[in-house]
Formats: sequence, structure tokens, C-alpha cells
Amino acid sequence: MTQNSISTMSVARAIATKDLRIEWRSKVLVNQVLPFAGIVMVLFAFALDNDGILQRVAPGLVWLAVLFSSLIIVQRTFAIESADNALDAIKVAGVSSTGVFLGKSAALAVQLLFFECVLVMLSLVLYQVKLSWGGAVLLVTVSVLANVGIATMGALYGGLGAAAKGRETLLPLLLLPAVAPVLIAATRATESAFGVSGATLGEGWPWVALLAVFGALFGFGGTLAFGVLTEE
Amino acid sequence: MNRLHPFPSPLDTPTGTRASRGLGIVVLFGTVMLALLGLFFTGEDVVQGSTVRLMYIHVPTAWVAYLAFIVTAITSAMYMWGKQHSLTFDRIAGASAEVGVIFMGLCLVTGSLWGRITWGTYWQWDPRLTTTAFLFVTYVGYLAVRDLGGSHHQRAKRSGVIALLAVLEIPLVHFSVVLWRSLHQEASVLQPSGDVTMDGLMLFSLLFGVVVFTLLFTWMVLHRQRVLALADAIDDGGLEAALQERRNEVN
Amino acid sequence: MSSTDEAVRLHNAVVLLGSFPALAEASLVVKKGEIVLISGANGAGKTTLLRLCAGLVPLARGEASVLGFNLATQRKEAQAHVGMLGHANGLYLDLTAQENLQFWSAVVGASSREIALSAQRMGLNERLLNTPVAKMSAGQRRRTALAILVIRRASLWLLDEPHAGLDASGRDEIDNMLREAASAGATVIVASHELERAGALATRRIEVVGGAIVERGTQ
Repeated sequence: MTQNSISTMSVARAIATKDLRIEWRSKVLVNQVLPFAGIVMVLFAFALDNDGILQRVAPGLVWLAVLFSSLIIVQRTFAIESADNALDAIKVAGVSSTGVFLGKSAALAVQLLFFECVLVMLSLVLYQVKLSWGGAVLLVTVSVLANVGIATMGALYGGLGAAAKGRETLLPLLLLPAVAPVLIAATRATESAFGVSGATLGEGWPWVALLAVFGALFGFGGTLAFGVLTEE
Repeated sequence: MNRLHPFPSPLDTPTGTRASRGLGIVVLFGTVMLALLGLFFTGEDVVQGSTVRLMYIHVPTAWVAYLAFIVTAITSAMYMWGKQHSLTFDRIAGASAEVGVIFMGLCLVTGSLWGRITWGTYWQWDPRLTTTAFLFVTYVGYLAVRDLGGSHHQRAKRSGVIALLAVLEIPLVHFSVVLWRSLHQEASVLQPSGDVTMDGLMLFSLLFGVVVFTLLFTWMVLHRQRVLALADAIDDGGLEAALQERRNEVN
Repeated sequence: MSSTDEAVRLHNAVVLLGSFPALAEASLVVKKGEIVLISGANGAGKTTLLRLCAGLVPLARGEASVLGFNLATQRKEAQAHVGMLGHANGLYLDLTAQENLQFWSAVVGASSREIALSAQRMGLNERLLNTPVAKMSAGQRRRTALAILVIRRASLWLLDEPHAGLDASGRDEIDNMLREAASAGATVIVASHELERAGALATRRIEVVGGAIVERGTQ
């Protein structure tokens, strides 16, 4: 049958394109989640109002805001599937769950990258950190690799929450401890990129390796696990 | 399948056997011995004084906690890759994780009490401590996944995957925390390493504590696993009754 | 073993929703090309029967095979040939009908000609195709969902109350499509409360009572 000839990659591409098109169309992320991330950045400044402190902790604040936003983005990406029960339609069609997982992860990673760009720019303005060209290269690399980790884990646990209807509240409990290494590594590397806390640019790159290992391990593990976690 | 029909009563099927009762008595005796050893027979440490006595509890709880999670991981793998997909392995995994979470909680409490006296602070961002805390949260999440509902096998598959992912997670958490702490040495607080010079009896008490707690762990998992099996059997037994009820709808 | 001219074979199938046996030892054989109407009271197990055939709920006990594939071991293989329209339409509300169709054609490998044909068949004109699903009426959404089933070229069609929310012409359209699908060799199982309309369509009627199946005759 023709349906069996559809490769996992084309399923992934179709899912990712569809997700991004829905976000482009609905603007929920831009109109609702991004302002939330922005207000979190401002609230951090209120809570830590002290000369010099903000600048020093800016990298951590950026990544915390990314993680908090990621919880909402992951929930949103599965809410569009369950709104009219498209998740069932996809399951009935016997679509490759690996394809669904990779597509969901890819769309999440793109959305996260967009958030990171905005939040980093916001931190340049709000927290008065500086970013050199070398730092920008490091930061982009860090963001891309960190996103692989956050997006795959988000798709995995978000999918579990969506499959076990009404238990989406489980997501933060499962996701946040799992991505803690990403937070640590990305924050340290961003310190180097911003040149705060006496970190030099060169010190940032070893963390990139850790992010790469994390992304590879969980990209692979998630691919194997997604089908089991989301099926009845 | 040994389905108990129609409703197994815990009174009809006690979770104890002669062997596990024997084990229970040994554990009880051992625990009393450990208390006596720790509180009276062993001496004070030169540097830490009586604080060192916490060690006889703290080290065994930490050992049992990690042992429990290793058991959970191994039995989860045995369920997933075993030919029979035996739910017994899944129930052992669940029982072991429950006991592990309790012991990890105890380990964190005794650890921070010890830290308060020795370091002057309840918490240090020490890699071992931080990893332990993460492990605790991760397995609380694991237990929540076990509670999601669905069929027994669905529960076993889902939680098995979570347990195996945790095996990937924990070394990464530990490694990243080690790397993180090595860059940020804190010079302010006096940090004795926590190592003590132990005499023979202290060392014996410590090892004795590890053995007793391991037996205690075995005993608890054994019983908990049997309780879980009964709970599953009640579910299955309830099925018969529910099926009968539905058959009656036809007429 | 199920023979090749059987679309569905259930033997004492039990399906649990939580601890409730929604299907209680249901047995059913559906031959290929049949149009089977399922009736039954609310809560009798009609929807669960369809969801079992679609491989959406696990079999707790008994045997179930669809199109010769054992649901316990070859669910994915069976699903590739099964299309289901449940209470929800499974559409993406922020996308237009056209975009929904395009997504599915990418997932199942249909051509743009097939999209156009199925849209035409379900009465989705240019204007409707470019309307976001969120702004469509219930009937229009249903048609879009059916157009997706056509694209999927399923050989077993499972429909749960397909007439609900449709106007007269939409209902006729569905009936025609189901007849066409059946004459082309597809098997159709319809759960419906509207016995008169769906009864005229069906070649056979069964009733689900208390999670079990009772034959109500052929036509």
C-alpha cells in the first residue's frame, strides 16, 4: 500500500510544517506566551534589584525564562492536537510515532529558538549585558544544541501528558528535573558569551560539548520511548 | 495467570510467608543492634564528636536509596525485554521505587542535619547532594507516572520507559553538577571533607548498618510487591464481577 | 486464523475503560464489502466497538483481528487501512480545510489531484476550502473530515454518528459516499441513532447491548 511507503522523515516534515503554520496563523505564542516571558524577565529585575547582580545572573535568568516558556509551548503544541482530537486521527492512521515525535520536536526547537533570540535581546536591554560577535556565535550554537535537548524531552513528556488525558500537570515535574543539565550548561556557556562573572569566551565551548551529548542521548532515547509512552 | 476469584481478601492471602517472617525478625533484631552500636557502643569522632553517629543511618539510607533505583531500573528492563513481559517485574520495580523514595528522603534529612552541625548549613551545592535531590524528584515523577491509570501493562510500559530514561538522566545531572561546582569554588564556609578516621568498631557498625538496611529494603519490597500483586488481582477480580453485571444488562 | 474475506473478526473481545468493561465478550464477524449499522442505547458500547476496530483501545481479553491483522500484535499494519470518524473530527482548527487536506495528503502520500477530487466529492468549494476550520459550521467540518477519510483510501471505514450536525444534502452526500466506498470493496461500519436513514443504507444491522453484540438481521 502507498501508505507504508511514506517515510518517517516525510511524516516529521509534515507535522513540523503544520505546527509552525498553526503558530504562524494563530499567533498564540507571539501574542500570549512571549509577553509572559517578557514579564518574567521584568519581574526578575524587580526581585533582584541590585546594581551589578542583574548583569551577573542575566544568563541564568534568560534560560530560566526559556524553560518556563517551554512548559507553556509544549502544552500548547499538544493542545492543538487534542482540541479536535487530531491525536486520535493520527493514531488511527497508523502514522509512524517516531515521525510524529521528530516533527513535534523540530517545531518546538524552532519556536524555542525564536524565544531565545527575543529573550537574549531583551536581556541586552533590561540587564545591560554586552554581546560580542564571538559571543553571539557561541550563543547561537548553545541555543541550537540546548533546544535539541529541551524540545525532545518536551515532546516526550508532553506527549505522555496528552496521551494520559487530564494529566498535563505532570509535565513540569517530569520535564524540569530532566533538563536541569541543559540549564546548567547553557547558563555557564551564556556567561562566557556575555563575558560576565569573569568567564572568558573559551570557557564556554566545553559546555557546548555537554549540550551536544545531552541532545544526542535524549534525541535517541526519546525516539525509542515516544511510541511506548503515547500509545494505549 | 493466577487470577483470584472473585474478590481476594487480604486476610485470605497474607503477604507474609515463613521466609519473609524470618527475614522480618532478623531485620528487627538487626535494627535494635544497630541502634545500640550507633548510640552506645561506638565512640565519638575526634573532630565531629557525637555527630558521627548520624553516619550509621545516613550512609545505609543512601546506599539503599541508590540500590532501590538500580533494582527499579533492572526490573523495568526485565519487564520490557523479557519474553513474558511479566508484571511481577513491574511490581518489583514499583515497590522498589517507593521504598527508594522513602529512603532517599531519609537520606536527605539525615544528611542536612549532619551538614547543619558540621558545615553550619543545612544544604551545600555539593555534587553528591544535588544529584541525590534530583534523583529524589525524578523518582517522585516516576511514581506519578505509575499512577496515571490504564491497564496494568500500560502502566508497566510507561513507567519502565521513565525508569530507563532516569538511568540516562542521573549520570548527566551528576556530571554537569560536578563540572558546575568545579568552576565555582566557594571560599567562605569552612568545609571539612566529612571524612572521619574510623576505628574497627565504627567501621563494623557502618557495614552492619548497610547490611541491616539492605535486608530491611528486601523485606519491605517483598511485602509491598505482594500488596501490589493483590491490588492488581482485585482489579482483575473486579473485572469478572463487572463482566457479569454487563451480561445481566442484556436480559 | 481469520480468512481473507473477513474485514473484522472479534471473539469474546473485552475492552476496559478504567475498570469498566465497555465491551463485554463481544463477538462479531464482518465480511468485506458489508455496510453494517450498529444501533444501541447510550453507553452500550457502540463507540468502544468502533475504537477497538480502529486499534485505539487495547484488548483486555479475547481476540480481535481487522483485515486479517491481529490487533494484539499487528495494530499498526491494520491501522494503515482503517479510517475512523469519531465524535470529534480530528481537524486543526486554525488551519483552512485545504491546509488540513494537504497535511493529511503529506502524511499518507496522496496527490494534489486526489485532494481536489475528494474535496469536490464532499462539496467543499473554493471558498470553503480557504476557510479556517474554526469558522466552519459543524456540517462543513464533518465534510472536511470525510474528505480526509477519502484521501486516506481506507478499506475499513468506521463512522460514529456521521449524520450528526449535517443538513439534508450533507446526509445524502454521506450516504452516497458510503455506498460508493462499499461498492468499491471497502467495508463500512456505522454507529447511528438514526435507524431510518442509516437502515436504508445498511446491508446488515446489529445492536450493541451491555457491551455484547446482538444480530438484528440482514437486508
